[in-house]
This record gives sequence, structure tokens and C-alpha cells, in this order.
Amino acid sequence: MLMINILGAILIAAIIYWFWLYKPKQIQTDDNTVTIVVDNGVYQPGNIKVAANKQVTLTFNRKDSAPCAETVIFPALDISKSLAMGDDNKITLPALKAGEYDFHCQMQMYKGKLIAE
Amino acid sequence: MSNKPEQNFIIEGANCGSCVAKIEKALKSVQGANNVEMNFAERTVRVEGSVEQDTLIKAVENIGYGAKPMSNKSDQDALDEKAKSDDAHYKKLMRNMMFALGVGVPLMVYGLIFDMSVSTTTQRIAWFVVGIVTLMVMAVSGKQFYKGAWQAFKNHAANMDTLIALGTGTAWLYSMFVVIAPSLLPEVARHVYFEASSMIIGLISLGLAFEVKARGRTSQAIKRLIGLQAKTARVVRQGQEQDIDITDVQKNDHVRVRPGEKIPVDGNVIEGSSRVDESMLTGEPMPVSKQADDKVVAGSINKSGTLLFEATHVGHETTLANIINMVKRAQNSKPSIGRLADVISGIFVPTVMIIAVLAALAWLNFGPEPSIAYAVVALTTVLIIACPCALGLATPMSVMVGVGKAAESGILIRNGESLQTTSKITTMILDKTGTITQGAPQVTDVVTFNNADKNNVMQLVASLESSSEHPLAEAIMQHAKKQNVTLSKATDFDAITGKGVSGTVNGQTLLFGNKALMDKYEIAVDEATEQAHSFAKEAKTPMYFACNNQLTALIAVADPIKEDSAEAIKRLQNNGIHLVMLTGDNNATAQAVAQKVGIDDFIAEVLPQDKVNEVSKRQQQGEIVGMTGDGINDAPALAKADVGFAIGTGTDVAIESADITLMRGSLHGLADAIAISSATIGNIKQNLFGAFIYNVAGIPIAAGVLYPFFGLLLNPVVAGAAMALSSLTVVTNANRLRFFKPNKS
Repeated sequence: MLMINILGAILIAAIIYWFWLYKPKQIQTDDNTVTIVVDNGVYQPGNIKVAANKQVTLTFNRKDSAPCAETVIFPALDISKSLAMGDDNKITLPALKAGEYDFHCQMQMYKGKLIAE
Repeated sequence: MSNKPEQNFIIEGANCGSCVAKIEKALKSVQGANNVEMNFAERTVRVEGSVEQDTLIKAVENIGYGAKPMSNKSDQDALDEKAKSDDAHYKKLMRNMMFALGVGVPLMVYGLIFDMSVSTTTQRIAWFVVGIVTLMVMAVSGKQFYKGAWQAFKNHAANMDTLIALGTGTAWLYSMFVVIAPSLLPEVARHVYFEASSMIIGLISLGLAFEVKARGRTSQAIKRLIGLQAKTARVVRQGQEQDIDITDVQKNDHVRVRPGEKIPVDGNVIEGSSRVDESMLTGEPMPVSKQADDKVVAGSINKSGTLLFEATHVGHETTLANIINMVKRAQNSKPSIGRLADVISGIFVPTVMIIAVLAALAWLNFGPEPSIAYAVVALTTVLIIACPCALGLATPMSVMVGVGKAAESGILIRNGESLQTTSKITTMILDKTGTITQGAPQVTDVVTFNNADKNNVMQLVASLESSSEHPLAEAIMQHAKKQNVTLSKATDFDAITGKGVSGTVNGQTLLFGNKALMDKYEIAVDEATEQAHSFAKEAKTPMYFACNNQLTALIAVADPIKEDSAEAIKRLQNNGIHLVMLTGDNNATAQAVAQKVGIDDFIAEVLPQDKVNEVSKRQQQGEIVGMTGDGINDAPALAKADVGFAIGTGTDVAIESADITLMRGSLHGLADAIAISSATIGNIKQNLFGAFIYNVAGIPIAAGVLYPFFGLLLNPVVAGAAMALSSLTVVTNANRLRFFKPNKS
């Protein structure tokens, strides 16, 4: 039983590390233009470094027909856009001040982050 | 490789006004490209002429920008496409559901009648086969959940697929373990849960299918608005009438509409007269008569006569297109009431996974035998019931229906936040002119002094006022027109804010305005005082006219109260809202109007800046202040108020400047806006409560807190059904709002 309890504790620690503490790899863009694929419940890439104080153009290529994938929201920028199936979903963001900007679907099941530096 | 006479592109990288000239120049330099027109606000460019698409794109790229052909899809096409894709998705989910429940239901029925335990070799073989069939269900019907969960996991994210995959996976793996190595488990724990995996996948697919259907209905308002757009227009070009596609109508085209047809684009009537039904845009049921010089808007229906009009706004510039855009934007924004749910659902899934592990450990350590079986059931059930999707849907679904509902009643709500604040308004400030009254004053009396001639007075006043844009000037001009007065040229014209106007006509120095104006120029008005008071008591505004520094006439102007103002004001008061009327008019006129409509609190003789101060003052007293005005001179106060309501005629300015635009003139629109806002916020609260109950109450029950007291432990299948139901409940409840009707009494 002790072993099982230890295993359980390790599992909890792994969940905390994997979902909360781990810093995912960042994708860097050269020209502040990124194509993000929306498929299977995730945005890919979902962690994107962009240049601050410069307009950012994101193209969402939605392959996922799940209702959650339909809308992408940038809460800090008050931007919300419905995504049609396919890759004709272009969102132009204003020049961003340095900082982190989350984006997600309505249900917050799909999550991504823009890091402006 | 297209070669069209007109092409549209989206321009990338154009951040400044000077880019427009550069891009237009580059495109014009391409041989064959004629008319080049860039819309900087939309970052789009239209090129006429027969040029290869790629050549144009290259020309833009050569100067450091990007160009992408604009999708030619109209809103209607996009909607049709979405409906088609929704339908395909619905059918796929239903097929998945049928396969999963086809396997799951017989298994569950068997489980209810017989025992699903594994003891003999025959049972082991039989359950092994069932396990393989269940695996097929998981691979076929549940494929999307496992794929999604794996993708999310790789990206260090957890989503609803994670919970489903973990829940059903645990149930299946445990069952297979029982089948393959029963001897490793105590006899009482040799129980399989294959039916749970199949049933959960089936029920969740069913829930999702219903959700896809119900979500389609929430955007009905947008569909109806888009449906108002005509598909073709009959234009007159080179003397020939031809029916052309709506997208080919150009500005300044002459367009003919016959009785019963939809007005295709916005324009000004050149010829003909008719009655036009604008109810779908303004909520105003009565058709409006139109003749030369009147404006017509796209989407309204020509009822009786034939009209010829010049197109002024086409394509995405029409009022209807603006409204559609604004409703779409507002439907996508969230009021702050939904933010809590956002924060919770953001950290939810990993938290639930931890709770599930803790619950399983608690059962293993302290649970009755077979503790391992109980642990597996608790783990699976917690994972399945916890899905926070209903929480994420609760706010946007209601906002979508609420904003759409309002749009159908001619109420344009800018965003979710103003929708929420509207429901909390405690004080509503109403501008008198144009809001409570018709805003179209008429001259009722002209009284002269010092033997002045009435016709001469009207000639001078009208000549002076011809330069003014004040609503009262309009009344004077109308009156003068009726009397066939010939106007003279006014010089040195000056408008003195809140007081009146001054100027010189025929060499005479003239002043026309309120008493304050007379006081400013020290003109004695004693002989007119009594008459002015009696006008004011009749809700007429007395205007003083001085010629060469001597009082010459008193002109009474009255602005009729709108027919339904008093009734609508009663409705607002019945909702517990304190009403305040503001007017630049004198105290007696203000009192007369306030009394007629039933407002106790009014402030007269206010200047535009005083309106802002009044809003601030009430806000400092702790009131949530709404301000209603007709758009332009009230703009500062509208902006300062917690919610600004513009009574507009659907013009771009009104739509852009206020939090909420009432497309019809009636104050009933205001009462309706408040009613719809309250109903929507109420609906969001119900949704949040519903979603929270599933999660907050569901998780502890699933974990087994009721077991020590009542011996109750949820079945994973019930959890699957509850999860499917939670989203469905939220979407259905939001749809209920579509049938909401404001109480008119």
C-alpha cells in the first residue's frame, strides 16, 4: 500500500510539473507572421515569441470541426474572431507592448500564448 | 491564375496613412490596372482592369508589403458553408454515438440483470471478445477524443479530451487487466467496466451532436440580418436597366426598386415616392414614406411605389453591413460576469486529475473491499463528470442570443460589458429634445413689440437663422418657407453656445435666442416677461428677437412630445429606475414637459458641458447612470455615462459613438434594452449556476463523499450522461432567451 501511495504522490507531482511548471518551447518569428494550425484540441505552435511594437499577423488554419475550435479570443486585446474551416482566418494584431498575451477558445480548452519582446 | 475585371486584396503590413499612397502607386504602375482604391481602415484594396492576379501581388510585395486575394465568399456563402460543415459534423457524431451506444446499451442491460464478474475460463474468453469490441468502439467512435488528448498532452495542455480519454481508458485498462490476470486481484474485485467506456463515448458524442445543432440556432439573429440582404439589384446604366449581382453595384449607380422588392444598397432617392418598411432594422412597425432627397437603407422593403435612387454606400459600407458587423463583434465579447468562469476553467483539468488521483488513493487506503474496484470507479467518474465545457459555454451562448435578440428589436449593443451594465442602471438621464420630444420643433406664435411688422420680423430672423444648424433654426426656416419669405444675406454670424445667435442682416444688428442672450447684451425684455411665462407654461419655448439692441419680437416654438414617451417612461419607472430630464430650455417649459410625461426630477437651462457634470455628479452619488440622447451634442455625456444610449436613425456616427444605439425613435426601445439586458444577465447566471452545479456538486459525489453516509457512489455512465447533459442544458437554456418578450406594461 505504501508503494501505491508513493506512486500516487509521484503521479500528482508529475501532473503539476507537466501541466503547470513546465515551460514549453517557444517558436520565434522573423517577420511577426505566424500560421497556427488548430487541430485535435490544440494550437500549434501555441507558444510564440514575436517582436514588440510591431504589428503581428496570425493566420489560423482550422482543421478541427469541434465547436470549441470555432472562436479564438485574445482577452487582453479584446479581440475575438470566428474561425472558418481552412486557412483563410487572418487576424492582424496591433503593435504589442512587451509582455505576454494569452489566446484561447471560448471554453479555454485550446490555449496559446504570444510573448512580445 | 485569374484574370478578372475587378480584384480585391487584403494588404499586409500597411501601418500608416502614407502606405496607402505607396501601394496605390505601385498597383497603378502595373499595365492594365485602372482604378485602384485602397481602404486603409479595412486594409483592403480594389483594382479594376484585366491583370494577372500574381502580377498585382508581386507589385505590392516588391515595395515591401504583402497582398492576399480576398475571399469572394459573401456572408451568405460563408453561412451556407458553415451550415454544411455543421451538418456533416452532426452526422459524424450521430454515427459515432450509434455505434458506441449499440455496443454499450446491451452490455449495460446485461450488467443490470447478470453479474459482470470474471471467474470461469469461458467468462474470460467471452469478456476478452467484448473487450476487443469495446476497443473498436474506442478506436472508431472515440478516436477524436484520444487524438485530441494526445496532442494536448504533447503540448503540456489538458482539455476535455484529456478527461474523456483518461476516464474511458482507465475503465477499459482495468477491465482488460481483470480479464487477463484475474488471479492478481481479490475475487470481489474481478468486475469489468467495458460498458462504461462505450456508454461514455456514446453519450458524450450524443451531447456534442445536440450541442452542434443548438449552437447553430443561437446565431439565428445574424442569419436573419444577413438574409435581409438582397442578392441582385436593378441598376440603370447608360439608360439601360439591368439586373446585376449585388456585389457589382458601384457608388453613384442609379438603382430602381419596384414595390415588394428589397432595397439592395444605401442611397438617396432621386425619383418617385413610396412607403418603405424599415421594421427589420429599426423595430418601428409603421412603414416610412420616402420621396426625393430621402435616404433609403439596404435591407428595408419597398412597399407601395417605385423608387429610383443613387447608391451612396455599397458592399461592406451599408448600414446593414455595419449592423451585422457590430452584432457579430458584440456577440463575441464577454461581460465581466463570465471572467470568473474563465479563470476557473483555465486551471480546471489538471486540478481535476489531481482530485481523481487523491480520491482513488483514499478508496485504496480507507475504502471497503474490493477497494481497488471502488478506486477505479471513483477515478473514472471524477474524470468524466468534471469536464468544464459547460462553464466555458455559459456566458458566450447567452450573450450571443441576447445581443441578437436586441438587434432584432432595433437595439444595437456594442459589447458584452455594456449589456451587463445596462441591467444595473439605477438612474437614467434623458435629454429632452429628440429623446422625449420629437426633436422637430414648430413655430406656434409670433408676438411683436414696438409696432414691428410680423412679416419683416420673420424675414430678418429666417435670414439670420439660415446659417444656423440648431434644431430651432429648422423650425424657423420651415415657418418662413410656408410664408414665402425671401431671405437676405446674413453677415458677422455668430452662434453663442447655449444662448442663441447674432449677426447682421440688411445693415441691422440682430440677436435671436433665450433670455440669457438678452441679458448678455443688456437688452430690456420686461414687456415680454408675462407673455414668455405663459408660453413656457404651455411647454412652448419663448425665443427673444432683438433688432438694433431693442426687443422686437417673441417667437414661441414648441417641440411636440412623442406619442409613446409617457408610456415608456412609466415602464422605466416601474423597473425602479430614477429618471432625470435635462434640457437647455427654460425652467417653465421644462416643467411643463416633465409634468406631461411624468418625470419629477428635471434640470432646465443646461449647457452641453453641464450634461457631463450632471452625469458625473450622479455617479459620485453612487448611482449607475445611463444617458440617453440623440447622438451628436450629447456625445460627451453619452461617453461619460456608465452606458450611453444614442437615439439614432441608424447612421454610422450614432452606431459608432454610443454603447447602445436605439434604431427607432421611441423610448420603448430604451425600456426594451433594459429588459433584454436583465433577461440576458439572468440567463448567464442560470447557466453559470447550472454548469457549476454539475462540476462543484458532481466532483465530490463522484469522488465518493456521500458513500460513508448514504452508501452512494456514482456510476461512470451516469457521470458521462451528466457531462453530456451539462453542455446541452446550457445551450438550451441560452436558446430559451430567443423567445423572451419584453413586458410592455
